[in-house]
This record gives sequence, C-alpha cells and structure tokens, in this order.
Amino acid sequence: MSDPQQSTEGYNFAYLDEQTKRMIRRALLKAVAVPGYQVPFASREMPMPYGWGTGGIQVTAAVLGPEDTLKVIDQGADDTTNAVSIRAFFARVAGIATTTETAEASIIQTRHRIPEIPLREDQILVYQVPIPEPLRYLEPRETETRRMHALEDYGLMHVKLYEDIAKNGEIATTYAYPVAVADRYMMDPSPIPKFDNPKMNEFPALQLFGAGREQRIYAIPPYTSVVSLDFEDHPFSVQSWDEACAICGAEDAYLDEVILDDEGGRMFVCSDTDYCAARACERDRGAA
Amino acid sequence: MYVAVKGGERAIANAHRWLDEVRRGDTDVPEIGVDQIEQQLGLAVDRVMCEGSIHDRRLAALAIKQARGDLIEAIFLLRAYRATLPRFGYTQPIDTGQMAIRRRISATYKDLPGGQVLGPTYDYTHRLLDFSLDTQGAEEETPARSQVERDNGESAADTPRVTDLLGTDSLIEPSSAMNSPNGNGRVSDLAREPLDYPAGRDLRLQRLARGDEGFLLAIGYSTQRGYARTHPFAGEIRHGAVGIEIVPPELGFPVEIGAISVTECQMITQFTGSSKQPPQFTRGYGLTFGHCERKAMSMSMVDRALRADEFGEQRTAPAQDEEFVLAHCDNIQASGFVEHLKLPHYVDFQAELDLVRRMRKVAAALPEAPIEAPTEKKAKTSEAADV
Repeated sequence: MSDPQQSTEGYNFAYLDEQTKRMIRRALLKAVAVPGYQVPFASREMPMPYGWGTGGIQVTAAVLGPEDTLKVIDQGADDTTNAVSIRAFFARVAGIATTTETAEASIIQTRHRIPEIPLREDQILVYQVPIPEPLRYLEPRETETRRMHALEDYGLMHVKLYEDIAKNGEIATTYAYPVAVADRYMMDPSPIPKFDNPKMNEFPALQLFGAGREQRIYAIPPYTSVVSLDFEDHPFSVQSWDEACAICGAEDAYLDEVILDDEGGRMFVCSDTDYCAARACERDRGAA
Repeated sequence: MYVAVKGGERAIANAHRWLDEVRRGDTDVPEIGVDQIEQQLGLAVDRVMCEGSIHDRRLAALAIKQARGDLIEAIFLLRAYRATLPRFGYTQPIDTGQMAIRRRISATYKDLPGGQVLGPTYDYTHRLLDFSLDTQGAEEETPARSQVERDNGESAADTPRVTDLLGTDSLIEPSSAMNSPNGNGRVSDLAREPLDYPAGRDLRLQRLARGDEGFLLAIGYSTQRGYARTHPFAGEIRHGAVGIEIVPPELGFPVEIGAISVTECQMITQFTGSSKQPPQFTRGYGLTFGHCERKAMSMSMVDRALRADEFGEQRTAPAQDEEFVLAHCDNIQASGFVEHLKLPHYVDFQAELDLVRRMRKVAAALPEAPIEAPTEKKAKTSEAADV
C-alpha cells in the first residue's frame, strides 16, 4: 500500500517493544529448559494475520540482533509470497541482512519444511506453528490435554496410530507427525512432512517453535533426542519418490509435484529452492 | 515453465497498488473523509473501536477508510496498532452509575428513578428505505438532531442502576460476586497475559468485550432457543459517557483524565436456588465501547450462560462451554486462521497425495476392489444433481 507500512518511524528494532521481547525471551528460556513443553506466552497482535506466521515472527523478533542474517522459507521456498512478505517485514523493521542461502543465515524462519542441508550449531531454526497441541484433534479441550501432558498420558495417540494401522495397514499421518522429545513430552513438529522428522533428532541447531494465535512457545535444544512415534512391528518410515528432481536431479530431497498440463503431465522438483538452485548451479559449473 | 511460485515480490507490490486504486474507486466521486466516516458511519466506528479494543474514534474511522469498509479488516488494523502502544497504567474502575446518559431503557420496570430515555435508536423505526437520503444534500434540511438533544439535555448524572435497586432487597446476587474470582482481587489483563483455562470471569468478560459481534449474537441467540436457557430480562441497557480516572502515584487521589462512551447491559436471569443459596435473580453483564447495543446484550447473555458452574447448572450447550466460546469468539484470530488456508500448502498436500495414491494402489490390488464402486456411484449422484 502507499504506504502506511513503509514508514517504520516510531517502531522499535524488530517491531516489538523491549518489554514484549523480554516476555517472549523468558518463555523461550523456559521452553529450552523443558524440551517439548508448550509454554504459554502473551502473544501480541502482529501486523500480519494470525495463522500467517505470527508465532514464528514474534520468536524471530525476540532473538534477532542487528548482526543477524535472516532467511525465511515457506514450503521450503524463499520466494513463496508469505516468505517474501515476512522477509521484507524484518528487512524493514530491523534493517538486518537477509539471504536465501541456508548456509549464510544465522536465523531461519520456516513454515512446513526443514532445509535439506544440515544446519550448524551457530544457527537457529524458527518454526511457524498453527496448532501446537499434538493431541488437539483427539481431544479439543486445553484443560484435558494439559492434564494428559502432565501425567504423560499419551495412550490416546497410541490408540489412534494403532487404529490407523488396523484400518489402513499403515499410519495415515503424513505431516505434523507426532514426536517424543527427550523421552518425555509428546510434541507436534509443526506441519512439516514426516520426511523431515528424522532431521530433528540430535539436531545441532537450536529449534524454536512459535504459535501466535494459540499463544504457545516450545523448543528443542541442540542435540536432543527426537523420536517419531511408531510400533516395533510398524517402524516409522518416510516418503520416497520414484522420480528425481527434474531441475537438479536430486534423489534425496523432498519433491513437490508440478502439474504441467491437463492431460496428467507432471514433473517433480525440489521443495527446497536453495538446495535445488545450488545443486543445479554446481552441475552447470561441472558441465562447463 | 516453473513459474508458479516465482515473482512473488513483484506480484505483491502490484496487488497492493491495485488495491489502493480500488479503494479510492472512481476519482470523479469525491474522496470520503475520515471525519465523514467518524460522523456519519458512527456505529461502524463504534464497532471497530469496541472489537479493536481501543477507544479512539478518529483512528477507527481511519481504519474503516483504509479497509474499504471491511470492518473486520479495520478491527485488525486497530488491534495491530494497539499492540505497539506502551501501557502507562490502569485506570480506576469506571462508574456507570455516574454516566452522562444518552439512552437508558429497562424492560423490567415501567418507570424507575432516572426515567426511561430512548435516545438515538433504530428501535420502533419502520425499516423502509428512505429515498430522500439518496439525494446528496437532502438531509441538511432535516431538523438538527443535536437541537432535540440540546432541548432535552443529556440526562443528569447519578441514575441508579436497576440491578442496584433490586440489590437493596437481596433479590439479585450482589455485584461483589463480579470481582475477580482469582481471589487475590487483582484483575487479569488479557492483552498482557496468555488466556488460560479455566479463565475466570474477569478474563472471560475482557475476551467477550473484544469478541466478534456476530459470533456472540449467534451464541446468545442459541440460549434463547433452548441451548442453555437462562430466562433473561433486559434489566437495563444504558449508553453514554463515563469519566476515566487515574490515581497518579505522586498525588495519591483520583484525577479525571477524560471520558469514554460505553454501552452497558445488565441482563437479569432466573436462578431457582440451591441448598446453599435461596432463589435469587442472577446477572449477565455486557459492556462495550461506543454504542454497540446488540453486542452488549449478546455479551451479557453469553456471560450468564458461561457462569453455569457458579450456580451448579449442568453444562450441556455450546454457550456454556468456556473453552468453546472463548477460543472462538475473537474474529481476528478466527479470520486469520480461516484465511491462512489461502497460503500455499503444497508440501503437506504432496504428502497426502502420496499417501492416497499408495492406499488406492493397495486397495486396487485386493481381490474385490472396493474403490471403484463408490466412485461410480458418486459420479451418478452428481449427474443427478446437475439436472
């Protein structure tokens, strides 16, 4: 718009006032101390709608410093509209450097994916979370699910997974696949495909999760055990493709299906655009 | 070929430019002024102030202009702005008994101290389109309402509340029951603390006060149709200005710093009594910024329904379910999450696509493929529907 949002005069560094940041940092510290536990926090109204990453944005704003380099991805891609919007927001209100290269970034805010290349200890991965409660679809009441977490009473979920197998022969959860963190709390990994779940285990980078509308923050400290729920006779497995990426030829990456025509023509390409571009670039250089 | 998600940045900028253009509309028509909205779309301004949780008519009018009249969008603009404002402190509780009354009606008494004041209301108007308003400038000739108002004068302060009149006979529960149920006397602050369940009445009322008018209207309405019936009477609805006082620490006594316009509704409902309490009327409370009567009434009905536990009433209906009502009454949260479905979900959809394909393959391999039959049947039904 022309442009009330363009002017950031009167706003603090990274938009939030320092009081609010302090409140969020307190919640973050608690979340890191109790891995996988959902810490309530007084989420603020952000200038983007709830459900569009306000939790992740608040967490990022609270950990961001002037020296940081930020990368924002949505569906693995840097150029999806909402990722563009969030990146532009922080570039404007914090004046920080942004990048699309995973290795360059000190903070990566993500929706629905974990980058394909492994992150390092000096990086932070911030997840946007719509529904932080893994038990929510089984038990809609917060008072109940809180009690279940307190008592480590997770039978409901195991029954659900068992019923999936009894009905479909396999667990019919393909994303937001529940995990157990540090042998204690059941946690929703956010709606990442279960393909990404194994990456979370013993992850070198700090993983922070923000759910703005639901007012919850949780975290996985570096090198923490994260186990996807399964059964001995039905071990957890991830998606795989018969095809390779049509652009970079990757066989180990998560692929998006792109419809090419109305006659069933389709191709598969990496969902992680930075990974794909880097590989394609390398290949071209190799060919030259 | 792979262009679907590229160019997001330019697309966004162009879309916003187009939006600006559409917002302005035909440039041959004069631009609407914020002052015009504030003056002539006053009830829209009131709703936006109330649900936007900030008492500022000018800002609300600006938000309505910027949002092209989409009130929920305008409310969102105000809320986002509000979140950046520093909090200087807390005022003294307002005293609606000292209100400068513009409107005050009671459905439970024919006459009462302070009298009934209809004020500016659509009640008892015939809802006929007034074509004379269609011509610009026509309304200049209608008798100035402010003249009427000046003649009658805004009702003098100190109009006792109906609930206080009933209270002297202990026919209604005392208002002290309205104090924070936390027991510590401290009123929670919804904008500064996360909402936790069970919420307590202070948080509940704050949440309802900024809740969506349409949602509360529907939930309140449901209690009239048998889903948690509370037998409500509109004990009193009053609208007008109340003074705002703060106690500066260096002075130690209250100082009036301004006035805000509010609408208050006290719904009186039956309570048959229990082993511990004799039969008594009970209260549902609604309070809004500005003149939002429908909202205040709905709020008071929902408030009463949510107090089921206090009176040992069985919770059977949505209106009595605190988590259901409070979690879903905020239209900024609701519209954000509903509309986030517009964001890309291809990664998750891909995961589901893969699963469904695999499960269909397994099903097709079974001796009697149960997959085909329902597909055919479905196709037929949709054909029939087309005819």
